[in-house]
Amino acid sequence: MALTLVIEDIHKAYGNLEVLKGISFGMQKGDTKVVIGPSGTGKSTLLRCINRLSPPDKGQVWLEGEEITHSKSNINQLRAKIGFVFQDFNLFSHLTALKNVSIAPMKVMRMKKKEAAKLAMEELEKVGLGDKADAYPAQLSGGQQQRVSIARALAMSPKLILFDEPTSALDPELIGEVLEVMINLAKDGMTMLVVSHEMGFARSVADEVIFMEQGVIVEQGPPQQLFASPKQPRTREFLHKITELYGEEREKGN
Amino acid sequence: MTDFFHFARASLPLLLKGTGVTLQIWGWCMVGGTILGLLLALGRVYGNRAIYAFSTGYIELFRGTPMLVQMLFIYFGLPEIGVMLTPVIAASVALGMNTAAYQAEYFRGAIQSTKAGQMTAARSLGMSKAQAICYIILPQALRIVIPQWSNESILLLKYSSIAFAIGVPELMARAQMIGYSTFRFFDAFLIAAFIYLVLTTVLAQLLDMLAEKVRIPGQEGR
Amino acid sequence: MYKVILEELPYLLQGVLVALELLLAFISLGFLVGAVLAVMRVYGNRLLVLLAILIERFFRGVPAVVLLFLFFYGLSGVPPFVAAVLGLGLRSAAYQSQIFKGAIQAIESGQMTAARALGMGKLKAIRCIIIPQALRLAIGPWSNEFASELKDTSLAYTIGVIELLRRAKYIVSYTYGNNTLLVYGVCALMYLVLVRTGNVILYRLERRLAIPGFERREEGG
Repeated sequence: MALTLVIEDIHKAYGNLEVLKGISFGMQKGDTKVVIGPSGTGKSTLLRCINRLSPPDKGQVWLEGEEITHSKSNINQLRAKIGFVFQDFNLFSHLTALKNVSIAPMKVMRMKKKEAAKLAMEELEKVGLGDKADAYPAQLSGGQQQRVSIARALAMSPKLILFDEPTSALDPELIGEVLEVMINLAKDGMTMLVVSHEMGFARSVADEVIFMEQGVIVEQGPPQQLFASPKQPRTREFLHKITELYGEEREKGN
Repeated sequence: MTDFFHFARASLPLLLKGTGVTLQIWGWCMVGGTILGLLLALGRVYGNRAIYAFSTGYIELFRGTPMLVQMLFIYFGLPEIGVMLTPVIAASVALGMNTAAYQAEYFRGAIQSTKAGQMTAARSLGMSKAQAICYIILPQALRIVIPQWSNESILLLKYSSIAFAIGVPELMARAQMIGYSTFRFFDAFLIAAFIYLVLTTVLAQLLDMLAEKVRIPGQEGR
Repeated sequence: MYKVILEELPYLLQGVLVALELLLAFISLGFLVGAVLAVMRVYGNRLLVLLAILIERFFRGVPAVVLLFLFFYGLSGVPPFVAAVLGLGLRSAAYQSQIFKGAIQAIESGQMTAARALGMGKLKAIRCIIIPQALRLAIGPWSNEFASELKDTSLAYTIGVIELLRRAKYIVSYTYGNNTLLVYGVCALMYLVLVRTGNVILYRLERRLAIPGFERREEGG
């Protein structure tokens, strides 16, 4: 079975600090994988290595058989096939929600204006923000902005969407609306790689949970198995801290 | 008092002719200066080392020397190497090259103050660097730069007066001419002063209206 | 050709001195009047505020050369140097008052309240509490203004002050225009050196006087 995403032996260092020390895994079409781990362990860096926003020092990444890390690859074309949702949303502040979603299809996929607008409207409606099409980012709440940014990623019909702590910058009451969109996406069969602390989300839709610490994958497996009976002591330690922090109740509630 | 008004009325036609030339020079140098300034700024932010060095050198040079010296250099000095310009053109070129240096710094500041995430997001969607600059960074930077750009254009309107030193028949020169023919220098310059006041006030108003028009809803005090 | 420059260097350097004299004189005038205008605007009653605004508007809205000529022809018999000091000085006052006003207003109102609570009169509070802080905040923008004023001394040549630029012009004219590029080039270079030196000195001064925690501006402007 052809893999959508293959990551092999990724290394990345910032100056003297080695952040990624050899990460390898693969994803099939429709997989939803959640990466968890302590802050600063390179999870975000990993995502940025995948679409070469931060080129890896060593290692390779393949998207549906095409090598992203190859120096001769058309990186813009490849990036167009990978969606990226940022922790800080990064909506284009001078454009309305509709234009935020339609600009890339117009400029990168060379869609005609009318077509792109129609597509953008559809995507906005899918995330529940059809009525906010003419609003500017500054007029939207954090949760709404993040949903627009998901719509923006979806409008490019990506093969894979990367989520970099999508809910970490949101007020607690706004997290739910974003997670709902993400859960629906996963159920619809989108291939998603999510870095997040939201254990509830991982539990309900993840096909696999990957625990990263200090630049390496410590353990990976289906959520039920990893959360219930983690094999590695470090995993257990981390999960313990998280449940203490977030509280059992909240985890169950999600 | 009434004598002054008679004098004013008599002088007005000539002074207004001069005003026309003032606005002409101002128009040219604003257009040229803004374009050049933008290019220099882009060179400093996105260019390679050579372009960066050139831009920086240009900016340092034109900001570090008086406008009048630059104008005299261009009008009187360039003929030595065969470049002869009419006073109006020389004035426009000098003023334009000068304002470009200042505007380059304003544009650079504005470009760099757009959040880094904007470029990242644009690239992550598959836009090329050029597309990102053109459709995402610049539209935001141009709005940020408006207050400084407005100040600069008002400043330039006033500095256009130094063109009289190379014989351009603009407002200041006309006032001087009236002075020479009537010996009422003070009165002539006073009227000219008021015309400048009117010009700068009107311009400031227009620019405020422009700023209001392009403001993005929801964003305050940028 | 280059002999000209070497011969005329002392003459040009004297021009630099004249320019610096002029600068010192008119900037000081501008400083004093500007500070008064700023205090008028921030603490004055309606009438004072209006007066200050009118003065500022006039001296900022009228081009420098026009002001120079107004003072030159308006005060008959006055030597060009004095007219230049007055014209450029009052204009500088208008700009400096903006800077001071901004600095004063940036000092939070709590400072004034605390001073009054200790029993200080308004003027005393302004003098002892507000102004020392405001001056430090003002150094940054003031340095930019300084560089601008230094270059504006060249405008005084139009009313006959024999400073650096005028002397350069003389040299050009009596060498029959054979050395124009060179002479103006050297003249420009001198200004450049002056401006750079001024900036460096002011930057060092700013750092020396900085109160830990107060905002600092970047070198180079």
